[in-house]
Amino acid sequence: MNDLPVPHLVTGVRRETADTVSITLAPAGAEALEPFAPGQFAMVYAFGVGEIPVSVSRIGRRELVHTVRAVGAVSAALCALRPGARVGLRGPFGTGWELERARGRDVVVVAGGIGLAPLRPLVLAALDTRRAHGRLNLLIGARTREDLPYADQVRAWAHSHGALHCGATVDRPSPGWWGHVGLVTTLLNEARFVPENSTAYVCGPEVMIRATARDLLHRGVRADRIRVSLERNMRCATGHCGHCQLGGVLLCRDGPVIGWDRAASLLDVREL
Amino acid sequence: MTKNPAAGVLDRDGLSALVEVLIARGRTVIGPTVRDGAIVLAEITSADDLPFGWGTQVEAGRYRLVPRTDGAVFAHTAGPQSWKTFLHPPRERLWSAERAQDGTLSVTGDDSGQPSYAFLGVRPCDLRAITIQDRVLAGGRYPDQGYRERRTGAFLVAAECTEPGATCFCVSMGGGPAADSGFDLALTEVLDGAGHRFLVRSGSEAGQEILADLPHRPADAATRDAARVAVDEARDRMGRAMPPVDLRTLMGESLEADRWDDVAARCLTCGNCTMVCPTCFCTTTEEVTDLTGDHAERWQRWDSCFDVDFSHLHGGPVRASSRSRYRQWLTHKLSTWYEQFGSSGCVGCGRCVTWCPVGIDITEEARALHDERAGRLRHEQRKETEQ
Repeated sequence: MNDLPVPHLVTGVRRETADTVSITLAPAGAEALEPFAPGQFAMVYAFGVGEIPVSVSRIGRRELVHTVRAVGAVSAALCALRPGARVGLRGPFGTGWELERARGRDVVVVAGGIGLAPLRPLVLAALDTRRAHGRLNLLIGARTREDLPYADQVRAWAHSHGALHCGATVDRPSPGWWGHVGLVTTLLNEARFVPENSTAYVCGPEVMIRATARDLLHRGVRADRIRVSLERNMRCATGHCGHCQLGGVLLCRDGPVIGWDRAASLLDVREL
Repeated sequence: MTKNPAAGVLDRDGLSALVEVLIARGRTVIGPTVRDGAIVLAEITSADDLPFGWGTQVEAGRYRLVPRTDGAVFAHTAGPQSWKTFLHPPRERLWSAERAQDGTLSVTGDDSGQPSYAFLGVRPCDLRAITIQDRVLAGGRYPDQGYRERRTGAFLVAAECTEPGATCFCVSMGGGPAADSGFDLALTEVLDGAGHRFLVRSGSEAGQEILADLPHRPADAATRDAARVAVDEARDRMGRAMPPVDLRTLMGESLEADRWDDVAARCLTCGNCTMVCPTCFCTTTEEVTDLTGDHAERWQRWDSCFDVDFSHLHGGPVRASSRSRYRQWLTHKLSTWYEQFGSSGCVGCGRCVTWCPVGIDITEEARALHDERAGRLRHEQRKETEQ
C-alpha cells in the first residue's frame, strides 16, 4: 500500500545513541507491506504529528527496524515511542543498494554516523551471500564513540577476523575507544579490495559522501560502481510533491541510492 | 481523437445550449467569469456568466481588464488561475486517522467522490499544461488517484486563441494558438460581417455526442476560413518569444551563471509565478488534529520552491539564497523537467510574467543567460587562441 499508512505495532525500542533510537515494527493487523530491499525507505507516520522518510535498518520476515535520529517534531515523536504504540507505514519506496551489482567483486561499505543504519541490512545480506562476492569491507566513521550506532555489533564485527573486515574511526576519541582516530577515508588504506574490481556503498553526511566517493574514484573504483544514498525532505515519496529534487533527480523515485556517475556533478553545485 | 472530426457552427444560442446540455448531464461547468477585476475561472450556470465584451491588457507585472466593443467572449488572455485549481486543488485531504481508546490506529482515505467537471474555454496553452500535469501526477508508478479520477471524468471544451497577449510566447515553446488534440470539443470564435459565431469541432466520441445535442449548422467554408485566418494571425502576434536555443542545455550549462545574482536582486521570492503557473505541481503536507487529540487528518496543499522551508532539511534549508531558489524554479521548468517527466514544464502562457509583482520576465532571463553563456564561450575561445 502506498497511498495510506498501514498501522504497525511497535514491538521493540532500543536506544542507540543520545539522540537516536531503533524501533521494531510489525503489522498491527492482517495488512502488511511488500518486502523491503536494503537501501529502500518507508514513510513513517506518527499519529497527529506527521510523516517522515526513514530507511530500513533491519529487514525481518515480519518485522522491520527503523533507526531514527531526533532532529525534528516527527522524528522526536518517533524516538519517544514505547512498545505497544502504533505508527503508520507506507512503502517500500525508492531504489535499493542492489547488492547484485557487487557479484564477483570486492565490496566496500563506508558509513558516516547514522549513515550506518541504511547500510546495515546490506552488510547482513552480504554476509549471508558471502560466496557471491569477493572480500567484504565495512568502514565506519563517527564524531565520537557515543555517536556510533549499533556499537556492540560494530565492536563484534571489528574484532572478528572472519569474512568481514570492519574498521571504525572517530573524530574525537574518548577513554576506552578501541578504534582509529581521523577521517573515515583513512580507513580505506587498510581495507582489502582491488579498486578496479570493487563495488562501493556509501552513506553519511553529504560532505563525507563527497570525500569518500572522490577518494574511491581516485583509487580506481569506477564511478557507476560507487553507490551513494542521498537525503532530501520528502513529503509524498510518490514523485508528486517536488521536495526531493536534486537537479533532474527525484530522490524518492530515482534514489535515494544513485550512482556516483550521476551524483558527482549534482553535489558539486552549491544549494542545488 | 477521431480522424475526421465532425465540425459545425454554433451561434450565441448554441453556446448557451452547450452550457445547459453539460449541466443537464450532471456536470459542474467551469468557465471564465469576470470577478475582482480579472478573468476568474469559476462555476457557471449559464453562458451569460461568460465574459462577453471583455478583453485583457497585460504586460510584465501588469494585468487589466478592458471592455471590448465587438462583444467577443474568448478574446482575453490567461487569467491568474489555471485549470490546475480544479484538477489539482490547492488543498486536499489525503486521509483521516483515528486513535481508539486501546491505542489502535485506523486510517481511511478520502473517497468522498470527485466532481464531474466540464471546462469551457480551455486555451491551447492550457491544454498542453494539462497534458504535462497528467504525466507528472498520473503518469508515474504511483498515480494520484484523486487527480486521475477528476481528470478522466472531465469534459474539455477548448477555445482556440485568437487574441494573444503581450506576455504570451507559446509559439516559441513549440506550441501555438491552435487546438490540435486533447479536447472533447474545440471552439474558434469568429466575429465578422456574417455575425458572432463559433466554429466547433469534436475531438472525441463524448464530444461528438454532445455536439449532436446542440442546435448547430454544418460548417460552411467562410466560417472555416475566417477561423483559420484568425488563429494563423494569432500565431504571428505573440507578444514575446524565448530565445531560439536548446533551453534544456542552456540551463544545464548556466548553473553557476552571474545572472542568477542579478535576478535574485529583483525577485521577492513571493512564489506568485509558481501559483499561477499551470504546470507547477509541488505540494506540502500538514497534520491537523481536533481538540480530542484522537482524530487527525493529513492535508496536502500547494507549495512553492520559492518558500525557504521548501528545501528544509535538519540543520537548515538546502536553498537558503534567493539566487538558488530562482535557479531551482527556472532550471526545473525549462530543463530538469525533461529528465523527470519527459518534456519541458513550460507552455509559454505568460502568466508568470504577468503576475510577477516586480515584472521578472522568464523570456528575458533566458535570453540573458544565453548572452552570458555566449560571452563565456567567446572568452574561452579567445584564451585558447592566445595560448
